[in-house]
Amino acid sequence: MRRFAYDFEKPLVELETKLDELKQLESAEKQDIAFQIKYLEEQIQKLRLRTYSKLTPWQKVQLARHPDRPRTNDYIEAIFTDFIELHGDRIYRDDPAIIGGFARLGDTRAMVIGHQKGRNTKENVLRNFGMPHPEGYRKARRLMKLASKFQLPLITFVDTPGAYPGIEAEERGQAVAIAENLLELSALAVPVIVAVIGEGGSGGALAIGFGDRMIMLENAYYSVITPEGCASILWDGEGGADRAAEALWLTADKLFKLGIIDTIVKEPLGGAHHAPALVARDLKRELEKSLKELGRTDPAELVEKRYLRLRDIGFYSQESGVAKTLNLNALTGE
Amino acid sequence: MPIGEWFNKQKKLAPGNPNLEKRAVPDGVWEKCKGCNEPIYTKELEKNHKVCPKCDYHFPFSAQERVNHLTDPGTFDELWADLSSEDPLHFIANKTYVDSLDIARDKTGLNDAVICGTGQVNGRRVAVGAMDFGFIGGSMGSVVGEKITRLIELATDDRLPLIITSSSGGARMQEGMVSLMQMAKTSAAAARFNKSGMPYISILAHPTTGGVTASFPSLADIIIAEPNALIGFAGQRVIEQTIKQKLPKNFQTAEFNLTHGMIDMIVSRLEMKHTITRLLDYLEPRGVAQ
Ligand SMILES: [Zn+2]
Repeated sequence: MRRFAYDFEKPLVELETKLDELKQLESAEKQDIAFQIKYLEEQIQKLRLRTYSKLTPWQKVQLARHPDRPRTNDYIEAIFTDFIELHGDRIYRDDPAIIGGFARLGDTRAMVIGHQKGRNTKENVLRNFGMPHPEGYRKARRLMKLASKFQLPLITFVDTPGAYPGIEAEERGQAVAIAENLLELSALAVPVIVAVIGEGGSGGALAIGFGDRMIMLENAYYSVITPEGCASILWDGEGGADRAAEALWLTADKLFKLGIIDTIVKEPLGGAHHAPALVARDLKRELEKSLKELGRTDPAELVEKRYLRLRDIGFYSQESGVAKTLNLNALTGE
Repeated sequence: MPIGEWFNKQKKLAPGNPNLEKRAVPDGVWEKCKGCNEPIYTKELEKNHKVCPKCDYHFPFSAQERVNHLTDPGTFDELWADLSSEDPLHFIANKTYVDSLDIARDKTGLNDAVICGTGQVNGRRVAVGAMDFGFIGGSMGSVVGEKITRLIELATDDRLPLIITSSSGGARMQEGMVSLMQMAKTSAAAARFNKSGMPYISILAHPTTGGVTASFPSLADIIIAEPNALIGFAGQRVIEQTIKQKLPKNFQTAEFNLTHGMIDMIVSRLEMKHTITRLLDYLEPRGVAQ
């Protein structure tokens, strides 16, 4: 079976394919082949390091979109027990691009909501490639309210290219659906923990994508606009997405610098799909840690702190009076 | 001294002076209406609040013009006019963000894409904000987000009705995620304001699109659109590329939004102040001393 590979991964995959072929050879001169296999394995190891240890922002965006990357349902299965999925917005339909329901993290009962992408073409058609319609956001909001009513901490998984851009989505109020989620999330009286696991595509991600703790996988991205979209507006010609990805500061390390995320969960070389169980284990640890810290906080204080955190995001100067001027030099000292 | 700096200095000499940008238009100057293609004398157009007297086409209105139009003469006090954006990402595309900001400042005489303050609407004190599409497409970055949030907080604390006119192409991508988070920040402020029991009227002017639409403009008690305003979340080009179909003719117009239940009413700019006054009469909280 041919593996999916981006351009920057192709030399590596070629070597790996060669190695597989060699291993399948039932040759008489086994010693000769053993030597070759060993040599190839060393080469692959070196190339893997070279390919993946210094990924550009655009390459990370590509890994975040990798078809084999673990999805929300994979993490729910790996991290939680006793997941009971809940469906529907009670208005129009059940949107498969967002899933949610009750789940247990150790002894803690929680509400889980996440964008859901598919694993193959058929699934992706059903899941609309993880791009929700308004009813998806309204389902999410219903579950947020449920979490609040029954005092269940909310854990969200962000993985969407964006809210679906379509005629019906506009007719049913994509803008107001997202806005109402922002309003709901900002005042929800339970701990809200966000895990950005893949694509954080703009407002469609934000609608379930901010809270008291912001965790992000190393190769995930979170951006105001897709690099392609940004490039088509601000750059001309080829290679725009590459440059836009760099300029937008959409990677975990940059967002950590900006104070937008709190924690980065490391991924194995080549991305989360190379060792999904390891990534799930580390993400689980971070979720448990956050739950423990936030669980001690009084709900009113949680909401207040969340407000102040949002209140603090912005970089501006004011000549007169008591304005907040952030120390930008500290931020960009690289 | 670059012209941008000079302009900013001049403006800072008289902060919040609503008459500063009014230049006298000589008689006989005219422009062509985009609605009916007829020539209109500029003086006549300005007297009619930039609405075509022949076909009701609404010409673009600057933030200052909106504030002047809505509030009683001499009552508007601008707040936080000196807030100006930093460049946290050191953003460079076909031009630098710093240059884009300078150009926009020169063009509009504003420091960023929104004017906020307090004023009176037919004698009633209100918190009022107006976005300016001329400033980098009315996009919301740190300054717009901060000023809108401050305005909403002021209205919450001082128990003032809140009136915001939006006109925006969306988030300001030159500020990256910092700009996206302004959607959450302003919505969080709106959530708190909602509990104050005071009214929030949102006016959507042409165009109100992108991420901004999915935040404070959509969270009001009453949402009003100007005729023919383009209002929506996703950009039309993006939708066309996604669904590979032509869009319906009235797609994302004010009328489309009214039909689909997204706004309360469409009101001509000429009737806007009167309508807001009538609404505020209904929305006065009971038993609260002003
Ligand atoms: Zn006309």
